[in-house]
Amino acid sequence: MKSALRLLALAVLVGALGYWLVAGANRGWTKTSVPIKTVDDVTGIEGVTYRKQFVPGVDFLAMAIAGSVVCAGASFLFRTKRPVQTSNEKEPNPK
Amino acid sequence: MKKQLALLAAFGFATALIAAPQTFDFKDPKGVNNAAFKVDAPLEAINGTASGISGTVTFDPENPGATKGKIVVAANTLTLPNTMQQGHMRSAMWMDVTKFPEITFEATELKNAKTEGDVTTADAVGTFTCKGVAKEMTVPVKLTYLKDKLSQRMPSMKGDLLVVRATFTIKRSDFNINPGQMEDKVSEGIEISLAIAGASAAK
Repeated sequence: MKSALRLLALAVLVGALGYWLVAGANRGWTKTSVPIKTVDDVTGIEGVTYRKQFVPGVDFLAMAIAGSVVCAGASFLFRTKRPVQTSNEKEPNPK
Repeated sequence: MKKQLALLAAFGFATALIAAPQTFDFKDPKGVNNAAFKVDAPLEAINGTASGISGTVTFDPENPGATKGKIVVAANTLTLPNTMQQGHMRSAMWMDVTKFPEITFEATELKNAKTEGDVTTADAVGTFTCKGVAKEMTVPVKLTYLKDKLSQRMPSMKGDLLVVRATFTIKRSDFNINPGQMEDKVSEGIEISLAIAGASAAK
């Protein structure tokens, strides 16, 4: 369980960072749509329409880091299982 | 004598017809008209637009200084690229678009009008109303009169176009937009840029 949580934390961190980089490394807020600008030939006015597109920002990264820290932190709540020593096991010979 | 008087009357009538101010309708069927706004914030400036533009402007090409009119922006078309931020902006805490559905500017006169060719620059004096608060303001405007260009935008129609451009800044506190709150996150000044075209169809 301990290892699984730590692996999950790493996966969340690496996955979020990779996705953020691939999506354009937006250093602003996360966007759920992007403005598309078009210029009207006759008037010269720049019109704006929006296209639905998820662009992760630094708040997305912050959330991923927080999630990763929680997972990694939770892993410390689990003790590592030590092999149970039985009485008839041979002790190593002292030199 | 009668003939001369009739001619004079006819000339006067024709002059009045030519010089008559035109009414331009700013409801844009092409949906290009928009008002952009910009608010400074710590991480990045918040840029948005509003597309619900309507209103009329009376413009006389022979006397641009006499221009008057009212431009209306539908508050529920205020748009941001982040839906969560947009929800906050439209909520009662900020713009309260349900209670105050319109943002308007009504120009009553143009001062310092200067015309060069088809372009007139001036200071529009009028009343800006936002979130139920009306305030007298002077806004620098640029008017571009495009004679007989309507058919190029809308082939089925003939007439003229009037392009209005204006950029000005308002204070949040002047219009009761969450005054004195979150000033470290959202700047006090809101920069507004208007670029709109109105049509006057030939009769």
